[in-house]
Amino acid sequence: MRSLRRFLDKVKPQFQRGGKYEKLQSTFDAFETFLFVPDHTTQSGSHIRDSIDMKRTMSVVVIALIPTLLFGIWNVGYQHFLSHAIETGFWAKVAYGAWKVIPIVVVSYVVGLGIEFIFAQYRHHEVNEGFLVSGMLIPLVLPPDIPLWMVAVATAFAVIIGKEVFGGTGMNILNPALTARAFLFFAYPASMSGEKVWIAEKADTFSGATPLAEAALGTGDGTVTFSHSFADMFFGFIPGSIGETSTLAILIGAVILAVTGIGSLRIMLSVVAGGLFMGILGKIIGLNAYMEIPFYYHLVMGGFAFGTVYMATDPVTAAQTGMGKIWYGFFIGVVAVLIRVFNPAYPEGMMLAILLMNVFAPLIDHYVVESNIKRRLKRTRKNNAMDAKPQTV
Amino acid sequence: MKVEKVREPLFSTKNKKLLTAPLNKDNPITVQVLGICSALAVTVKLEPAFVMAISVIVVTAFSNLVISSLRNTIPPRIRIIVQLVVIATLVILVDQFLKAYVYDVSKQLSVFVGLIITNCIVMGRLEAFAMANKPWPSFLDGVGNGLGYGLILIIVAFFRELFGSGTLFGMQVIPDSFYAAGYVNNGFMILPPMALIIVGIIIWVQRSKNADLVDKS
Repeated sequence: MRSLRRFLDKVKPQFQRGGKYEKLQSTFDAFETFLFVPDHTTQSGSHIRDSIDMKRTMSVVVIALIPTLLFGIWNVGYQHFLSHAIETGFWAKVAYGAWKVIPIVVVSYVVGLGIEFIFAQYRHHEVNEGFLVSGMLIPLVLPPDIPLWMVAVATAFAVIIGKEVFGGTGMNILNPALTARAFLFFAYPASMSGEKVWIAEKADTFSGATPLAEAALGTGDGTVTFSHSFADMFFGFIPGSIGETSTLAILIGAVILAVTGIGSLRIMLSVVAGGLFMGILGKIIGLNAYMEIPFYYHLVMGGFAFGTVYMATDPVTAAQTGMGKIWYGFFIGVVAVLIRVFNPAYPEGMMLAILLMNVFAPLIDHYVVESNIKRRLKRTRKNNAMDAKPQTV
Repeated sequence: MKVEKVREPLFSTKNKKLLTAPLNKDNPITVQVLGICSALAVTVKLEPAFVMAISVIVVTAFSNLVISSLRNTIPPRIRIIVQLVVIATLVILVDQFLKAYVYDVSKQLSVFVGLIITNCIVMGRLEAFAMANKPWPSFLDGVGNGLGYGLILIIVAFFRELFGSGTLFGMQVIPDSFYAAGYVNNGFMILPPMALIIVGIIIWVQRSKNADLVDKS
């Protein structure tokens, strides 16, 4: 550790202004602060500071994503061999899954960080840490068969249009990872929807329908039959995007985020409440077969759990006020299920619901703050009036 | 006493500026943010965008010319209705002309030729310029603003057609070998939001080059 520090100190002058590698200053800075906690102190006034900075925050989220990533790697292999009806061992599945998933992760990080570094250097900013998380989220919400060049295009779009246009990390309106997914969904629908893409190199004879697709399609007699049990959906033995299938792995991540206080438990719970509310309401109304499915299925199908834990809680794009978080989360749940059951063209409503509520988050906050001010003003007036009474008498 | 009247040359610096300013610093779409609606609608392919650009140039130029010539005789209270009559007449002429000579494109443009009547650029230039200036500068101003509008339309349509359909003016430019290697046309480019995003990128690039266009906050 100490030798690493010494090495960094030795090469540091070359990266500073006037040095040999002046152009790479932001790159060097990013790696240095990634390895060592920077010794920056507050320059003016007194501030209360947490001991954890943004890089450390992001690292916790990446750690919370590891269970879903590992399970995703195994499941990609499992689904592939299942579709070809080949019996293999645990490690063969993992090896196949890693061979499919790791390149997507690498492409996402290389393209995204490359663009971040260029912008940071050009604008004389520090390199922002935000992409550490986005770069991991993007592969996890994509189908395993996605061509790598599409991953690259979508990542570039998300970083430039979703983030840098607005001024970089912390300034974006929309969640970058979902921006990437939405871009792919509309730009290359053939690679992002249908029955073919959710299992890597699927055998033609095998049905690759996800539970969402089955529910959206329904059967002729107005009911939905799932080819997977509820337990399969909960543990994640179903085809789907790489990281979204296992609700269990996502719950482990949720615990990590909630215990460290980095992901808002309030948002997670209110999204679930919203989803359940709309699920039950749909069941009562029961206009189509999709609405008739047991309401709790909505929580384990598709990206609902993943979006709830990792996307809706994004601190930049979510509502900031306590009350606002509840409304924000609740409406994500409601809109997600609403899109699912009413619009068969978009079997996955979670992505669109979160993006929609991202846009509304500032408005929700505004009204929460306004109503707070109003309530307090009213209280003050009342108190003042009571104080003033004895004098007038 | 004889007052010597200096005749301004046809293309004086001031007049030239009327033509060139709308192309960059005074662009109707990216700076004045007018006429966005049709810019989203007709830019899926280059050909309709090109025809639309020419139609708008004709309408802005001649409506400016006509209104400017009439500006001293139009009663101010009914000026909007007079302007509308002039614009509508010109638009109908353009529409009939397109139907007669480029019927296919005219079908693609459908209602958007007719909707030039409501294009804010035309009305905006009449109110802001033609009502207060002489015919010749007004004509140049109309041509300039039409060109500025058309320029953005063609840039947007270029990218949308190239990446959305792999063609330019209907001719395939992305070779078949690309498609064979797994390249797929970008379906998002065909959708109107992408036009808005491209216009946004043009605004971004333009303002990062001209710092004085950036709003002070």
